[in-house]
Amino acid sequence: MPLLFVMRKWPEMIAIVDYKAGNLTSVARALDHLGHRCEITDQRAAIRAADRVILPGVGAAGATMEQLEALGLAAALRDDVARTGKLFLGICIGIQVLLDRSAEDHAECLGIIPGKVVRFAPAIDGRPLKVPQIGWNRVRQTRAHPVFADVPDNTHFYFVNSYYPVPDDPAATIAMSDYGVNFTAAIARDNVIATQFHLEKSGAAGLKLLDNFCRLKD
Amino acid sequence: MLAKRIIPCLDVRAGKVTKGVQFLGNVDVGDPAAMARYYYEQGADELVFYDITASNERRGIMLDVVRAVAREIFIPFSVGGGLRTLDDLRAVLLAGAEKVSIDSGAVRNPRILAEGARAFGSQCIVLSMQVRRVAPSAGFPSGCEVVIDGGRTPTGRDALAWAQEGEGLGAGELCINSIDRDGTKQGYDLKVTRMISERVGIPVIASGGAGEPAHLYDAFTAGAADAAIVASIVHYGEHPIPGLKHYLRGRGVEVRDAIERDAAGIERSAH
Repeated sequence: MPLLFVMRKWPEMIAIVDYKAGNLTSVARALDHLGHRCEITDQRAAIRAADRVILPGVGAAGATMEQLEALGLAAALRDDVARTGKLFLGICIGIQVLLDRSAEDHAECLGIIPGKVVRFAPAIDGRPLKVPQIGWNRVRQTRAHPVFADVPDNTHFYFVNSYYPVPDDPAATIAMSDYGVNFTAAIARDNVIATQFHLEKSGAAGLKLLDNFCRLKD
Repeated sequence: MLAKRIIPCLDVRAGKVTKGVQFLGNVDVGDPAAMARYYYEQGADELVFYDITASNERRGIMLDVVRAVAREIFIPFSVGGGLRTLDDLRAVLLAGAEKVSIDSGAVRNPRILAEGARAFGSQCIVLSMQVRRVAPSAGFPSGCEVVIDGGRTPTGRDALAWAQEGEGLGAGELCINSIDRDGTKQGYDLKVTRMISERVGIPVIASGGAGEPAHLYDAFTAGAADAAIVASIVHYGEHPIPGLKHYLRGRGVEVRDAIERDAAGIERSAH
């Protein structure tokens, strides 16, 4: 009993899922800066033991899913995270792999959020659209969520994406953005939260959102 | 709508910021990490560092700079100067840069663009091209030639053809640096920037010649640029970034709000 008491006082551990691609250190640096303990890991046991889990990164859906499957992490994310109620944050490719499937590489994804991932059209109404979207876009909060606490509506966040998520259930969307088309920029369902934009590269607003996630009560 | 980006450029020699930066009472203007922090708090949308030492023995010093900068700022930054091999790119990206800017190295070995894009993704490969106006001819249908080595060495390549080849190989962004305008403070080469921007499907960054706020407005409108590099216009303190953004916003250009707060949520005045 005394030991348990001590353990509860320990700071939380956040696992950053290492799928051998993308730049994972930038998320770790942001968490360090905010004073949250984290470890970059590809071990299922570490993910199971962590208090929160972040799946960050850049990369293609196909390669990311292959790595997650090869490392046994796809099952960990489905069974040890999504289904257990453990708080989860996906960033960029980490939002896209949550859905059932992606048009990128025709990848079968995790299926944690029903829906699909599609590509931006190369032109809208005859006007060419540069793809990937690279840069700062406004994020409209379409549903109140504590992860957006103290983040003003329509704040700019940094995006790098050619694809965007389309959840089957519109209620899964908590924020949208506009790049030739209105698209889902953030998702939340129960313990699973994810953003298309890069929190770790979005200045103070991104850090605030990341900090909010780290302080969410499950 | 996507905001137009303002990107301060800092030249780094042997680990120190070199030219032109001379203001700021309490900031060590020679220290790249301190300068990065300053521009981050001013509301820069991105930063670029050029390693003008770019010799192999000094490479380690630049990587230390990249690591130090990455601890200070939470916006994207790119690193250029002397990057030639896949190992060069990997080292810079692992040290914490978001993107690499490849210039002469891509002219000499275009495959580096494809290999870099395959290994790290197109989003982090910026093809930086120095260009110079020439008389339009069969060899230069766009009337613009690619040069390297700070403009000293002509390459015989047409600028538009090289831009499109670079896009095809896997570059995720193009930076068009006008040698004719560089250092003149006479404004960006709008014609060349627009010509290329309208004929590629990836973002284009204007570079070279910014001397007053109107030059940025012109780059984002007449020049059809998605982003603009600034150097002396901000380094001398004449036109701080918040003022530039205020000016652009007033003329209807979408820009990101120019005040940063620190991690504790404390607002820092941008003035």
